[in-house]
Amino acid sequence: MSEKHEIIPVWFFVGVLLLVYGFLIFASGLAEWSHPPETVHLANLHAPVWWGGLLFVLGLVYCIKFSPKRKA
Amino acid sequence: MIAIVASAAQTTLVHLSTVDLVIIAFYFALVLGIGFYLKRFAKTGEDFFLAGREIVSANLGSLELLGWAGSAYQYGILAAHWYWIGAIPAMVFLGIVMMPFYYISKTHSVPGYLQLRYGPAASALSAVTFAIMTILMSGVNMYAMAVVMKVVLGWDINFSIWVSSLTVGIYVAAGGLFSAIFNEVLQFFLIWFGALLIPILGLIETGGWKGMVARIQQNFPGQDFTHAWSTLGRFQDNPMGMHWTGIVFGLGAVQAMGYWTTDFLVVQRVLSAKDIRSAKMAPIIGSFFKMAVPLIVILPGLLGLAVLPMHLVPASSLQPGQYSYNEVLPLMLARYCGPGLLGLGITALVAGFMAGMAGNVSAFATVWTYDIYRPFLRKNAPDQHYVSMGRWCTLIGLFASIGTAYLAMGFASIMDYVQALFGFFIAPLFGTVLLGMLWKRVSRAAGFWGLLAGTLSSVTMFTLMKLDHRWVSVFALSPHAQGLAQDMYQALWSCVTCVVVTVLVTLVTKPRPDEELKGLVYALTEVAHEEHTSFLHRPLFWGIAALAVLLVLQIIFW
Repeated sequence: MSEKHEIIPVWFFVGVLLLVYGFLIFASGLAEWSHPPETVHLANLHAPVWWGGLLFVLGLVYCIKFSPKRKA
Repeated sequence: MIAIVASAAQTTLVHLSTVDLVIIAFYFALVLGIGFYLKRFAKTGEDFFLAGREIVSANLGSLELLGWAGSAYQYGILAAHWYWIGAIPAMVFLGIVMMPFYYISKTHSVPGYLQLRYGPAASALSAVTFAIMTILMSGVNMYAMAVVMKVVLGWDINFSIWVSSLTVGIYVAAGGLFSAIFNEVLQFFLIWFGALLIPILGLIETGGWKGMVARIQQNFPGQDFTHAWSTLGRFQDNPMGMHWTGIVFGLGAVQAMGYWTTDFLVVQRVLSAKDIRSAKMAPIIGSFFKMAVPLIVILPGLLGLAVLPMHLVPASSLQPGQYSYNEVLPLMLARYCGPGLLGLGITALVAGFMAGMAGNVSAFATVWTYDIYRPFLRKNAPDQHYVSMGRWCTLIGLFASIGTAYLAMGFASIMDYVQALFGFFIAPLFGTVLLGMLWKRVSRAAGFWGLLAGTLSSVTMFTLMKLDHRWVSVFALSPHAQGLAQDMYQALWSCVTCVVVTVLVTLVTKPRPDEELKGLVYALTEVAHEEHTSFLHRPLFWGIAALAVLLVLQIIFW
């Protein structure tokens, strides 16, 4: 039962997921900045850049706050 | 294999880029990796089954998102009632009235309560109907996932259903139930972040709420999709063919109350609270969150009415080249989301459907093994035997779900189907549980026969309305009544049937002595009270506040 004390909190994994997704979406938004996809409406608003950035920041906060190292 | 996929492929609206595929692959690698990591923390049968009980409980999933967006396209803002009058009063009632009682009665489930109050027959009946419902719900998740695959990948719907079931089979086998639990938590975040962009960008495109309403009126002249109450005076004045009595009594008083007070997955989750005040506050706090959910589940459907160039049709009468109501959300996703965001949206939906399927199938395994097989068929077997039975049931449940996925396809939209299911199982149960709690005279036999009569009447009404449209005028009070309107009147009458039969049987059977009913009937139970706290910490205050906010919303969207 002592193993249960070592379990990594789910929120850390949520952070990792948001961090990686934020980075990927932000990077793809930057890559298509000068030639946004024609089939997507409102592509001129560059939603992937700011939405990806938001996910990245939130993911970073979760990763730091729930880091297993920090707990130890 | 490639040839099969190619032959199944039809035209596709969107093309997945490399970044989308990386996002999807990363998600499943993470979930399976977490499941593998967590396996060492789960050793006993109790862990296995408790996991099954917990999964379905966090219930804002992809099915709601896809289903209610489709219903909002089909019925307009009337669909929002399922989050407002169809949720808030019931959640407040659960918190203020039912929770203190559930808390003291120490039953862990509604079948558990029925067992103590009415005996094994009523409990077994409720467990069997619940087991059937989980398989039907798993099937609709499978169908919904196939709908997404069809729109995004262009695959044939039949092929997509089989791919969905295979994917979940591999996923459950490889990652185990702990993967599924983590998937449930992760997909909740994914759903909000994947879906919230659609209403934001949609409102920007239409120029806000007023612009959206103007476009809907232009696209659908003479129809009112944007008023919540003013069109409910006559059945023929709104797209649902609904009357206000159906919303207030069928939805608000029966279906919603039944869902929030007798769905033992919901009750159980709230029962894990640390004290009575927390138990009462949990559904009340949840009600504020619930009122905001239409932002991401109803608004995309309304925006679909405003901006999509094509008119969507019922799934049951879909022709090649057309799109069904159920497909409005993937269509909106394709409209606004380019590479990266598209991958996020698709991952959110698929993860949610997989959680829904895995959760329902494992709940089926749990209910069958613990509530039916162990008490009635084989008592006192070793723990390992029940775990093995549970695993087999998971597999059987998955295959049975393929069949029920095809049932869901026969309905105009996903929520028409889901609400019909609730009408079969939850509405009569509400009558039985409520009478059992409030009236000590109700006998064991009355509880069983009332529940059976309510369930059978619901199934009978549903079947008659499907076979011959003339029955719609009889049960749903108007030939104009569409799917959801029929479901609500079906729920209302089945609950009434349950109550009438219960009362009649009670009058001719012997009541149980008061001593046996302590902790089971409200009047004979010393219910728990929270400690004296300040005004702002009292559940009643927040319950009234929730109802006040609800009232304001109704006036705004009247």
